[in-house]
Amino acid sequence: MRTTRTQEAWVGLFVILGIIALFALALKMSNFSSYKKEEVYRVNVYFENVGGLRARAPVTLSGVKVGRVEEVAYDPEELEAKVVLAINSGTNFLPIDTSASIYTAGLLGEQYIALEPGAEDETLKDGSKIRHSQSAMVLEELVGQVLVNLTSGDEE
Amino acid sequence: MEEYIVFDDVHFSRGQRKIFNGMNLAVPKGKTTAIMGPSGTGKTTLLKLIGGLLMPEQGTVHVDGKSVGQLGHDDLFTLRKSMGMLFQSGALLTDESVYENVAYPLREHTKLPEPMLRDLVSMKLEAVGLRGAIDMMPSELSGGMARRVALARSIALDPDLIMYDEPFTGLDPITMSTVVTLIKKLNDALGITSLMVSHDVAETLSIADYCHIISDGKVVVSGTPDELQQSDSEWVQQFLQGRPDGPAPFHYPTAPIAEDLGVKHG
Amino acid sequence: MVNLLANVGVWWLEILQRVGRGFLFFIQILTGLPALLMRPGLLIKELYSVGVLSLTIILVSGLFVGMVLGLQFFMTLSRFGAESALSVTVNLTLLRELGPVVTALLFAGRAGSALTAEIGLMKTTEQLSGMEMMAVDPVHRVIAPRFLASVIAMPLLAVLFSVVGILSAWFIGAGLLGVDSGSFWAQMQTSVDWYNDAMNGIYKSIVFGIVVAWIAVFEGYDTIPTSEGVGRATTRTVVNGSLAVLALDFILTSLMFGGI
Repeated sequence: MRTTRTQEAWVGLFVILGIIALFALALKMSNFSSYKKEEVYRVNVYFENVGGLRARAPVTLSGVKVGRVEEVAYDPEELEAKVVLAINSGTNFLPIDTSASIYTAGLLGEQYIALEPGAEDETLKDGSKIRHSQSAMVLEELVGQVLVNLTSGDEE
Repeated sequence: MEEYIVFDDVHFSRGQRKIFNGMNLAVPKGKTTAIMGPSGTGKTTLLKLIGGLLMPEQGTVHVDGKSVGQLGHDDLFTLRKSMGMLFQSGALLTDESVYENVAYPLREHTKLPEPMLRDLVSMKLEAVGLRGAIDMMPSELSGGMARRVALARSIALDPDLIMYDEPFTGLDPITMSTVVTLIKKLNDALGITSLMVSHDVAETLSIADYCHIISDGKVVVSGTPDELQQSDSEWVQQFLQGRPDGPAPFHYPTAPIAEDLGVKHG
Repeated sequence: MVNLLANVGVWWLEILQRVGRGFLFFIQILTGLPALLMRPGLLIKELYSVGVLSLTIILVSGLFVGMVLGLQFFMTLSRFGAESALSVTVNLTLLRELGPVVTALLFAGRAGSALTAEIGLMKTTEQLSGMEMMAVDPVHRVIAPRFLASVIAMPLLAVLFSVVGILSAWFIGAGLLGVDSGSFWAQMQTSVDWYNDAMNGIYKSIVFGIVVAWIAVFEGYDTIPTSEGVGRATTRTVVNGSLAVLALDFILTSLMFGGI
């Protein structure tokens, strides 16, 4: 019942390969890269409807990722959905009247937040609130609106 | 005379077929006992009952004073350490070398250091004349050699009882006489109880102290080889001399062939 | 009519008996596992024959399955202009379903059948009885290490299958079809969850490992000791093992990912 050294070596290789694969998956998946202590500041933004937006969704500026969504929650005082954005400290030039919109990548893709800078001189700081927001497009509402427009057009 | 194995009214069946039907048998200690009988009379089953691989449906099998069917797992295993069994096929572990095969029971049941193990295995293999084959694989051995290696393995733990299952079947005359001499020598040298089942009449009679012939699930005749030779039972004579027809019919019991062929009588 | 009923009855009783024997056997195996810790050599030998020797078929299959997935999903998704979802679809498909399931099916065919044939042959050549007569319990000595090795090897093989599959889908998608490589990996981060997707896939493959190994060693041990018996037992391992994997997969999926 002796095992040869080559067999033992193969088994060792097999187990190590498996564990490496597991770790590679884990690394690729749980974005350890973004857990890397990156300096961020947080701003709040309120939406009427966040659609399918989830925590960890990207925050972009002209399509460039500058942060991520940290928290999505309902605020009982404002009666709206409160979204906390963690924006990289490097992006510290956003004017106070910047607007945030929820868009969808492609027709079926993930939802993300796009920022559009305003014109004020004062910039967003940690804890600031973004005043202009555009909710997620909800397909049913869109269809409903189109139908209403069409029918009201008929009446005229 | 002390009895090592006692069968008391043992019943056993395989599926619908009754193999033992009130079997009584006694095997004396320190002697060579042979069980003979036609094929399919459950000779191998008998050995398995002794080893506790099978349990009787009724009756008891006592080995060394212990009832095999009633032993717990651990006691049964302790008892088996004092038994060696030579299987018809040898039952060598095919993916282990000859050395590992013979060392196997020693490795499992003792904590001997490797050099001592090597010495012991060499001695056992020397006893069967196969020390030269120590590094071969079972697939490289001939049938006779495999059986001798298996014999070396079954005496590895110095058992009190060795059981041989058809030790002479399928061997060429030279190998056969080697094995016969070997079994005889081992028994004389070690003074242990031997039980062999066989239907090779001449070889078996030449080394056995006692013989039992079984048929229909029972012992039919018992005695020393000489007594059997002089038996006036037709059936015993037919069996010992190997005549095709006699009290044990050539035909398996069935309706007369005329009926099968549709020949009308009268 | 009575005859027919009687036949059904006999058939059903036989199945019940087999299931009963199988459960007892499973318990016997479990009692043999602790002793294995004292003898890692036995385990390594079986890990080699069960795990390492299955590596080739698993890796090659992973490669091709990943490439096919990449191609098929790309073609379908590009009709809706949603090529960017390639990463999510491929990764979730592989990690949740195809990785564990295909690995288990291949394992039943490659290693399971080999286990059954090996054990069945050991029984046919009286090696198992021989061991018992040497006061060695074959369930502990022969069956338990093979069982444990299979249970360890299965999740490792499944992870390797998934990783190779993802890499080859990435190669097809990003390398040949022009999906952005960065977004491929970024999407994997945002929409594949470690616990929900990857770990559940691994739990699945552990369950499959237990079931396939159990079926394989039981069929081997329960073989009718003839060459025909071994052949039939081997077939049964592959058929029953595969069916068990597919049925269990449905149950596990509905438990893990909800819906029912």
